[in-house]
Amino acid sequence: MAESKLLSSTQVVTIKPAKGWLGIDLQELWHYRELIYFLTWRDIKVRYKQAALGIAWAILQPVLTTLITSIVFGYLLNVDTGNLPYPVFTLAALLPWHLFQLSLQKSSISLVGNANLITKIYFPRLIIPLSSVLAVLVDFAISLVILFIAMAIYRMPLSWNALWLVPLTLLTVLAALAVGLWLSALNVQYRDIQQMVPFLLQIWMYATPIVYPITIIPEGTIRYLYSLNPMVGVVQGFRWALFGGAPPDMTLLFSSIAVVVLLVSGLFFFRRMEKTFADVV
Amino acid sequence: MWCDMEKDTSIIVRGIGKRYKIGAFQERQDTLRDLIVSQVQNIGNVFRKGGGKSKKEEIWALRDVSFDVKQGQALGIIGRNGAGKSTLLKILSRVTDPTEGYGELRGRVGSLLEVGTGFHPELTGRENIFLNGAILGMQKREIEARFDEIVDFSEVEKFIDTPVKRYSSGMYLRLAFAVAAHLEPEILVVDEVLAVGDADFQRKCLGKMGDVADSGRTVLFVSHNMSAIQRLTQESIVLDKGKVLMRAPSAEAVDFYLNRGLSKLGERFWEEDEVPANSAPFRPLAIRIIDKEGHISDSVRSVDPITIEIEYELTEEITGLRVGYYLFTTRGEAVFTSFDIDSEALFREYTSRPAGVYSSRCVIPAHTLNEGRFVLGVNASSYRIKRYFQDDQALSFSVDASGAAGTQWPEPRPGAVRPALEWTIEERGRS
Repeated sequence: MAESKLLSSTQVVTIKPAKGWLGIDLQELWHYRELIYFLTWRDIKVRYKQAALGIAWAILQPVLTTLITSIVFGYLLNVDTGNLPYPVFTLAALLPWHLFQLSLQKSSISLVGNANLITKIYFPRLIIPLSSVLAVLVDFAISLVILFIAMAIYRMPLSWNALWLVPLTLLTVLAALAVGLWLSALNVQYRDIQQMVPFLLQIWMYATPIVYPITIIPEGTIRYLYSLNPMVGVVQGFRWALFGGAPPDMTLLFSSIAVVVLLVSGLFFFRRMEKTFADVV
Repeated sequence: MWCDMEKDTSIIVRGIGKRYKIGAFQERQDTLRDLIVSQVQNIGNVFRKGGGKSKKEEIWALRDVSFDVKQGQALGIIGRNGAGKSTLLKILSRVTDPTEGYGELRGRVGSLLEVGTGFHPELTGRENIFLNGAILGMQKREIEARFDEIVDFSEVEKFIDTPVKRYSSGMYLRLAFAVAAHLEPEILVVDEVLAVGDADFQRKCLGKMGDVADSGRTVLFVSHNMSAIQRLTQESIVLDKGKVLMRAPSAEAVDFYLNRGLSKLGERFWEEDEVPANSAPFRPLAIRIIDKEGHISDSVRSVDPITIEIEYELTEEITGLRVGYYLFTTRGEAVFTSFDIDSEALFREYTSRPAGVYSSRCVIPAHTLNEGRFVLGVNASSYRIKRYFQDDQALSFSVDASGAAGTQWPEPRPGAVRPALEWTIEERGRS
């Protein structure tokens, strides 16, 4: 305690009008790491506390969606997935998609949902959408186990390539955070955003090769434009890491560039809007 | 950094101002549709008026506020509602940015703008202590080290693993305040947190606040409770319309504030669109609190008579109308209810009131109310016929008990009333 007092007694907080575009204060974010942890933990805890089935929802959601898409697209429409069983083919894509979808849903309303904190206490506002995205990772981890079980049932071996899932998951989280930063900051001022998100996600899902293979998109320029959707790279990356085949080099590169552009612009936009949150929300 | 801080100065504020756009405040464009509509209107205005004059007006909630606070000093901030107190605290605790000016705070700042910020009803008391502590800026190990103390202070030990949604409001407040009270920043910014809870609890909070002030930490304290201000702070600044009017020893500042009618806003007007259509033919116009000198005031003294005036208009004659008010404490306990035709004589005289504008006035005798904040609810009805109008929170006001019965002891007294009762003491012989 004595040590922390000594440290903080030299700490001087300056108050002045914020002007223009602000950078990201990583040091401050690090200082508040425990708050990120507690808010993430709160989101996880609260989400399942009142649900009768609790954490089972994290299992049910991918299983049920896989079942539905398998019947509609795999069985009835007979979508060509090469030699992959359709349920595994779609589940491998649904996992990162659900991570992205839920993260985006949660983060876009996160600032408004935490208005009472924002108007009362100072902390880097970035923590709010960040922790709401991180909280979704628990669901993802659980549903990943389902995928491994499904692969075991179909007797599909895992290779070392599966380790690529780690950076690919990170890319998904960053993609969701990037879009979440834009949407959450906009939602503070315009509540239309939260009405738009479900439609946005619906369109986005069909613009991602989840229920269909990427091969139905013409190669060349169109395919590259298509790959600017960050989730295209992620989904193709997931399939490659789990099932092998041709690595999605260019697709993943385009998607990663899109994520970086969205994330950097999102961070700056968020920081610029940040100072008005407490007055407007 | 253009100002050098003295070694023992803890807070320095120079020319701080905060501007709000009224347009952005009241006619907030909540949806994209509103934004589009207003943009189209603006374009229309450009063509119509040629100049494109913006409708948005600006208001300075704070302007040119400067002061220093020495380390270990407790500074009170007083002013009527809307004087800029809360805005000032929000700026100092960095919740919002100033529009202009500069400030420095030396040391960790803990702000208590509201107890229980971030409490989640679904989480248990234990979980909320950690969550709330982290939100208030405590490190996990600090919370762990003080956990038992916090639980002890809150007196909710038995329910610590129960979700707080099952707590009574008293338990909830005690726990919330306990966490906040164990925050140990060098600078503590407190807004009106003592206005909650029962008298016992308030006493405990005041004691804890006193400890904080005594322990050499810097405290900024906003309150409507003038006694608490005088008890806890040495000096106070008086804010009015966003400006610092004076800075003086607290007793002097409080006197200035209470006597200059600065404590205004003890008045409430009803706009036409605030009154439900089914109130007709009764239409409330205003309610106001009037002090001994005849000034409208938000803060009145217990030792003076307090006048409550309700102004209204009848668009048609009403039979059997009674207009009156309920007096509540801010905790929602009813203190008393009174109607203008309670007395036999007025009851007979006003069996019916023709259309016109009226005012009903009532005097609460001196030495009636205890210190604290009270809420007035208005009711206009004809008994068993129709309730024309009711507003349970028409207006609130503060009562200052300085000089009232028993104030020679600076302790808060439980109860909403503080009558000066006649006692006799007799000596029945000596043993």
